[in-house]
Amino acid sequence: MQAQVFVKMENICKTFGNVKANDRINFDVHQGEIHALLGENGAGKSTLMNMLSGIYKPDSGSIQIHGKEVVFNTPKDSIEMGIGMIHQHYRLVEVQTAKENILLGRKGPFFMKGAHVSKDIREIGEKFGLPVDPEKKVYDMSIGEKQAVEILKVLYQGADILIMDEPTAVLTPQETRKLFAILRNMAAQGCAVIIITHKLHEVMEISDRVTVLRKGTTVGTLATKDTNPKALTDLMVGKTVDLAISRPPVERGRVLLEVKDLCAYDMDKVEVLRDISFKLHAGEVLGVAGVAGSGQKELCESIAGLYPVASGQILYEGESLVGNSPRDIIKKGISMSFIPEDRLGMGLVASMDMVDNFLLKEHHNQKGLWLKRKPIAEKCAEIIRRLEIKTPGVHHPVKQLSGGNIQKVLIGREIETNPHVLITAYAVRGLDIGASHTIYDLINEQKEKGVAILFIGEDLDVLLELCDRIMVLSEGAVTGIVRGDKATKEELGLLMAGEDLGMEVAQ
Amino acid sequence: MIRMAKQGNMTGRKAAAIRVTAILLAFLASSLFIRILGHNPLAVYGSMLVGAFGSPMRIRDTLTVAIPLTLTSIGILVAFKMKFWNIGAEGQILMGAFAASMVAYNLGNLSRWVVLPLMFLAGFVGGGLWALLPAWLKMKWNTNETIITLMLNYIAIKWITFLQYGPWRDPASMGFPKMPNFASGAIVPKLFGIQAGFLVAILFVVLAHYFMHHSKGGYEVAVVGESVDTARYAGMNVKKIVLTALVISGGISGIVGMLEASGVNHTLNASISAGYGFTAIITTWLSGLKPLVVLPVSILFAAMTKGGGYIQTVYQIPQAAAQVLQSMILFFVIGSEFFVQYKLVFQRKKSPNPQEGGQ
Amino acid sequence: MEGFWNIFQAFSVVLVIGGTPLLFATLGELLTEKAGHLNLGVEGMMLIGAVAGFAAGHFTGSPLLAMGGAFLAGGLGAMIYGFLTVTLRANQVVSGLALTMFGTGISSYLGVNFIGQKMSAEISAFFSPVAIPLLSSIPYVGRVFFRQDPMVYLGYVTVALLGTYLYRTRIGLNLRAVGENPGAADASGINVDLYKYVHIFLGGALCGLGGAYLSVVAVPQWQDGITAGRGWIAIALVIFAGWNPFKAILGAYLFGGLSIIGFYFGNYFSAWNISQNLIDMLPYAVTILVLTASSVRKSKEKGAPKALGVAYYREER
Repeated sequence: MQAQVFVKMENICKTFGNVKANDRINFDVHQGEIHALLGENGAGKSTLMNMLSGIYKPDSGSIQIHGKEVVFNTPKDSIEMGIGMIHQHYRLVEVQTAKENILLGRKGPFFMKGAHVSKDIREIGEKFGLPVDPEKKVYDMSIGEKQAVEILKVLYQGADILIMDEPTAVLTPQETRKLFAILRNMAAQGCAVIIITHKLHEVMEISDRVTVLRKGTTVGTLATKDTNPKALTDLMVGKTVDLAISRPPVERGRVLLEVKDLCAYDMDKVEVLRDISFKLHAGEVLGVAGVAGSGQKELCESIAGLYPVASGQILYEGESLVGNSPRDIIKKGISMSFIPEDRLGMGLVASMDMVDNFLLKEHHNQKGLWLKRKPIAEKCAEIIRRLEIKTPGVHHPVKQLSGGNIQKVLIGREIETNPHVLITAYAVRGLDIGASHTIYDLINEQKEKGVAILFIGEDLDVLLELCDRIMVLSEGAVTGIVRGDKATKEELGLLMAGEDLGMEVAQ
Repeated sequence: MIRMAKQGNMTGRKAAAIRVTAILLAFLASSLFIRILGHNPLAVYGSMLVGAFGSPMRIRDTLTVAIPLTLTSIGILVAFKMKFWNIGAEGQILMGAFAASMVAYNLGNLSRWVVLPLMFLAGFVGGGLWALLPAWLKMKWNTNETIITLMLNYIAIKWITFLQYGPWRDPASMGFPKMPNFASGAIVPKLFGIQAGFLVAILFVVLAHYFMHHSKGGYEVAVVGESVDTARYAGMNVKKIVLTALVISGGISGIVGMLEASGVNHTLNASISAGYGFTAIITTWLSGLKPLVVLPVSILFAAMTKGGGYIQTVYQIPQAAAQVLQSMILFFVIGSEFFVQYKLVFQRKKSPNPQEGGQ
Repeated sequence: MEGFWNIFQAFSVVLVIGGTPLLFATLGELLTEKAGHLNLGVEGMMLIGAVAGFAAGHFTGSPLLAMGGAFLAGGLGAMIYGFLTVTLRANQVVSGLALTMFGTGISSYLGVNFIGQKMSAEISAFFSPVAIPLLSSIPYVGRVFFRQDPMVYLGYVTVALLGTYLYRTRIGLNLRAVGENPGAADASGINVDLYKYVHIFLGGALCGLGGAYLSVVAVPQWQDGITAGRGWIAIALVIFAGWNPFKAILGAYLFGGLSIIGFYFGNYFSAWNISQNLIDMLPYAVTILVLTASSVRKSKEKGAPKALGVAYYREER
């Protein structure tokens, strides 16, 4: 029997400002299949799926669901057609319970009666292998549990078309495998599953068919079994690319930064860093792996003097940093750049231009009451040339630049301060392959100059290829420090999940 | 179908044009209101102009109102730039006046050259300390500064009233609850028939311009306003910046109190702030937080206040109409910000053939 | 001692009356904030309600139309704020301040002809105290809480309704989601803008009722600026109450008491040589203390709605 066509999108166009996010895209999904939507960051995958879930409206083109032409004005219209989307950043109300989140926006009697809903939730959960406690508050949940709530929520809505946006980005390899089993189960029960990703091995592992997008256009739809990762990459990037990240051998220098038994607590007195100890040498890249929220941010901020340290030591060239002001720490040559989810967050002032953003670090060094912007502007112009930053000029607000260029501005500024220790978190977040490699090259360049680099990353493949050593965090504690050229992804995954592998700490 | 989209490039000139259009629209909307009341809007606006600028004396009166408005706006601007919603300028004016009056009543007989600078300083300190309290509370416990600054307004009013009925009551006023007049040495002299405070106002406008746009302090204030996290990250001492800026903000309002008590009322009472602290919130916002724009906007609002008083006598339109007009302008300008940031995209209902519509 | 007890009982009765306008305004602001909108225009909306209620009562002689008019006028005033902040995504702080200025101006403007005028006897009779059978005979409590005017009872009912609405109904659940995380609400198919508009309107309407309670029932004559800063205290009370309607009633009565303490216990204070003007500072000073105290203790559940004050724009990128 020919499988039914659940989704058919034709000639979809969508423009944001002057950017064509989607240009005449064609896409279709059948019942019972897992369909991967593959493309680089910025290729238009999320935009396309947001139109399918009613969040954006296409400028032109047609959408057919279950063979019926539809126009979605709101997410509600889409939900009613049986479409459920699970966003990369979960859309859950933290102070409400799983049940309340699942009930959001649902029709039903005016007064809520909880009992049978809890029973329904448990039943659906058992059917698909998603154990969720309906009464548990979201803020008490682990990332995996939150994802389970999101999935249950769309199933409870009766969705038979499931869209998952980068669902594995925050999961360990083991959790990913569990998720994939759930997705296969759902497909077997007659759902259509769309998975947005930029990870090739996942496409190969889970999908039946794959549609590749590039720069807002459809490059093609293939059966997964007829293709291979190399061919997919070439389609995705548009030219043959070398995906390998280099790890230049550098003679490691003395210990620049040493962290000993570092502990810290958050506002609710929960321990967020537990006895963290490691040494960072000149001329090495020490990677930090861990699921989101394992203490990466707190570690970065503690070293930068922004987070209160409860006990333990942070030594820079043998001298304690604890208690020093952020400004003193900057002056010692320790630079920290943290790319948050919205990319701007802490390191840059969105509405200010590049010159004023460079002044953030520079203005302390200027003498007198008044600012001197001219020498900074010249420096900025040079960095624009060197890092090939695309911007109308040094006086253009940074928030109007694209994500990759914003990150180049931030990292360019940090490197410009000639740091001895460079801490960089999620430096390639949201960047395409080309821009990511520019950043890796910059990091390697610094390493060759003898800078000590702490590289907090998300992608285990990148960490394994780029870093000399990798430290794994789990729930605020170090579960292992391994060598980048020896460790495997499986090992990292187990360490991320908090398992003690009894491995020797790589020095 | 209409859709919103982020405005790509917006030049300063275009943004200014949008704001001016908003002000004109506010006048237009108010015209409707005046029309409904049975008056000719153009005639009413004309009378307001006459009331504000019709004679040298009226011009002097208008400028006399513009001085405190300008200065208070400059003070508020420093706080607003930091997104510290200081709406306590009324109280800061009063406490500045209180501190200055303390000098005036105790040292008023000394030379003007001694008393006035001391009063000026006292005014700054009085207003500054009154603004320091909410700033300190916000830094310490993140309390809501809007409500605290406002509550402090009421407390300042009650405090001055208390003095007026109690310890500072003029024994020579034969039972009438008022405070004594300042000695002549404690009175700001007039220049061109206007209190010499206008020199202070102009000086502060220029100072504020250089401070906000070209000094390290102004830069730090702007960064803190955009993001406290970023400021901390860049090694700024956020607490010190906020506290200092608020002392400056309140201090400037305190100077207004000194000038109003000394140069206009020649005594202290609870109504010397005359609502300037609130009107200045509007003028500050309308100026787009740019010190040089504060001056013309303040003169415009002073003119509306004076003109409003005049139309009351001519048309029996209550004085409060001026306040309604001012808040209308504020509504329209706040609303117009949207059009600076976003643009509306009009779309045909039926999507065109993408092959043709593509370009 | 007996004299003190009598004064205390009389004081308690008036405390409830003094607290009722605060209660309506606090509940109104609470509802608005649950939708994620900080509306600093409470004072303005109360004044709009006060003048509209007075005018409606004055011209129609109908107590219901007086309150209905205040409800509608307060709500419509809030819609100016709503349009600015929901549709035009304007800064909520400044928009609220603008609304307060507008309300102050327009009430003063429209009220010019009412200055010194009293509410008609029929309306005052309608709003005179009614004893609730049985309950009113409980010692002290009955006298204080159950021999009051109908609007006081409406206040109790509103608290109960609002509490049920917020925590027991689907719409309440959705509303709280809108205030906490509009992105999540939107993705769940909730019409975020509609929820915001409706609750901004209702919030303003309740503030309008609070204002009209002053001009029509409690005072009951027109005075310029009749609310005298109560709108601001109401905003502080929302924080004090931890966004919980049941705690709001406590706060409202507490502050209602503070505003009349000088009047009832003036003799005691003057015996200690404390001026009336200093006693008048109490409600404002206590607001500062209470606000500071509630800022010191923080918890996940009792905090402000997470998205309070943040504009939501779906196509943002």
